[in-house]
Amino acid sequence: MKYIDEYRDPQIAQALVQKMAKQVTRPWVLMEICGGQTHTLMRYGIDELIPKQVELVHGPGCPVCVTALEVVDKAIEIASRPDVIFVSYGDMLRVPGSSSDLFRVKGQGGDVRIAYTPMEAVKIARANPDRKVVFFAIGFETTAPANAMTVWQARREGLRNFSMLVSHVLVPPAIRVLLDSPANRVQGFIAPGHVCTVMGYRDYEELAARYHVPIVVGGFEPVDLLEAISMLVAQLEEGRAEVENQYVRAVSRDGNLPAQRIVEQVFETAGRKWRGIGNIPMSGWRLRPEFAAFDAEKVFGLSEIEVPEPPECISALVLQGLKKPFECTAFGVRCTPENPLGAPMVSAEGACAAYYRYRRHTVAS
Amino acid sequence: MNALSCPVPLRLKDQILLGHGSGGTLSAELMREIFLPSFSNPVLDCLDDQAVVTINGARLAVTTDSFVVKPLFFKGGDIGSLSVHGTVNDLAMGGATPLYLTVAFILEEGLPTETLRRVVASLARAAEAAGVRVITGDTKVVEKGSGDGLFINTTGIGVVPDGVHLSANQARPGDRVILSGSIGEHGIAILAEREGLEFESPVESDSAALHTLVAAMLAAARGIRCLRDPTRGGVSSTLNEIAQQSQVSIRLDERAITVRPEVEGACELLGLDPLYVANEGKLVAIVAPEDAAPLLEAMRRHPLGAGAQIIGSVTEGNPGMVTMRTVLGTSRMVDMLAGDQLPRIC
Repeated sequence: MKYIDEYRDPQIAQALVQKMAKQVTRPWVLMEICGGQTHTLMRYGIDELIPKQVELVHGPGCPVCVTALEVVDKAIEIASRPDVIFVSYGDMLRVPGSSSDLFRVKGQGGDVRIAYTPMEAVKIARANPDRKVVFFAIGFETTAPANAMTVWQARREGLRNFSMLVSHVLVPPAIRVLLDSPANRVQGFIAPGHVCTVMGYRDYEELAARYHVPIVVGGFEPVDLLEAISMLVAQLEEGRAEVENQYVRAVSRDGNLPAQRIVEQVFETAGRKWRGIGNIPMSGWRLRPEFAAFDAEKVFGLSEIEVPEPPECISALVLQGLKKPFECTAFGVRCTPENPLGAPMVSAEGACAAYYRYRRHTVAS
Repeated sequence: MNALSCPVPLRLKDQILLGHGSGGTLSAELMREIFLPSFSNPVLDCLDDQAVVTINGARLAVTTDSFVVKPLFFKGGDIGSLSVHGTVNDLAMGGATPLYLTVAFILEEGLPTETLRRVVASLARAAEAAGVRVITGDTKVVEKGSGDGLFINTTGIGVVPDGVHLSANQARPGDRVILSGSIGEHGIAILAEREGLEFESPVESDSAALHTLVAAMLAAARGIRCLRDPTRGGVSSTLNEIAQQSQVSIRLDERAITVRPEVEGACELLGLDPLYVANEGKLVAIVAPEDAAPLLEAMRRHPLGAGAQIIGSVTEGNPGMVTMRTVLGTSRMVDMLAGDQLPRIC
């Protein structure tokens, strides 16, 4: 398949590995931000291929994982109401809140539906004028334009029974938190290709300059990641700290300007709590006041709640790259994808879930 | 597992979830914790796709399966033909010659009679093509809202030839794993037609009766240990079950597993792994190493096995574990999923 096969080609991968072996002279710690990239690294065993001196740690870029417990609880509360059709991306359904999850709400008779685009929720709202239709708008910058467009469209149509529970998070503020931490070990970042497809990478140039850290915008196939790692190693070995773009087939420096404009019209920046990390100022988007009629939190008058995380979970350390998933005593024992204790075990793209799914054999043997 | 000693926020077993029907670890948990303790006996405990019982010297294979597929009609088949193929295949995986079917319909009030006619006609055609007779049946009608149009249960009876003993607990280190063709077509065909999933796909279900392929295989090789059709949960769940029941490890070679481009495209789009997507016309064979080549040759001569490949082998160590050599030459686990594969958000 075009754009797939050449990026999974073993010979190209081998050539990159050999190139890296010649480049590297000392240990480096690199972090991929995006959960999709973590998934590829584990699925293809890329950490086995690269030189031992290059350590990969896994970032907080799994939107399902970092969605705060409180938001999941709000979703469950809304979805349990008999007058509501609750529409969500599939992988949010299994995410446990503090006492239930959306699958269980569905099992108890709640009308919870899986959608692949938010516009499906608008269609459901049109077809069910007597029900309140709520879309669970989570994700990084990647999913924001489609969500923004949907709200915009709903307002244009005058839909009164459609709203969104918004929990958007932003990548650059999270990188800043990691770099500001005194415990930080990360020396170079693979920036998330899909996010940059929308946003471009100007924001990352500021980060690279301020913290003197190299950043390479990377794709999601094995060859993409090997190339991105190789570019980071080259920068580190040469003492450079620049933003480079490996994912040129999808990402430009300015990103998708029309998409950014619609996001700007509909959303404004706000503080956001990240599951496993905590509050990060200006790290999310919420609906602007002029779209309040479409804000599910306002429509349903939900109050702010505070829910503690299970104390045994070390996800904060995992998400900052300070611990590997299998260094956790609960990993694979009391914490599994069926019964996750914390954020990174929740979605297939979380670091713990990726280790659980693809790497248990190396731990077992 | 004791829920009290387990300080996790959620246990999945206080209520039935869709995932309990997915063929993954949740299904296995139902089996282990509810069904087996109540029904345990030497025949059931084999946990094969069919039960083999000896009655007056005749070895009969019996199996039952319920079909709740939505939509009722899809590219490459419908619930009628599927309810024949599914049950015939469960018999065939025991090496049995399928003979008879029972058919039970659960109809929802309001179902158009024409829909029932089409399904029954398709079921009859599929039964005739497979050489099995529908010898008894049942009809129930439930109130509107208590069903989903139409559910079918079929029970199959067949005869197992002398000398044939296939079971998922017989895989041994050194055995080869053969897959009869490309994977994922049924699951993607169904997904493409589901409500809310608006992508057009040329993928047709591979739904087919495999008993003639199995007959050709049994004639060609004596060293077949086990046959399984990788339906719900896909090839990965089937191989995990075999590895667990035989207490062996299975090592796959990713390069040998064929996925048609249109299936691969749909999986990439939806974030699904084809190893976990359902098939209805494929089988996995575990065979003694010396019989692998003649078996492969016999399979490839049959139209339903034309794409057969050796995809891996049975090894010692890490009992119950399935691992795979990736296209890049690295190693990864091929796990059994908890429930259904969920499409990723981005």
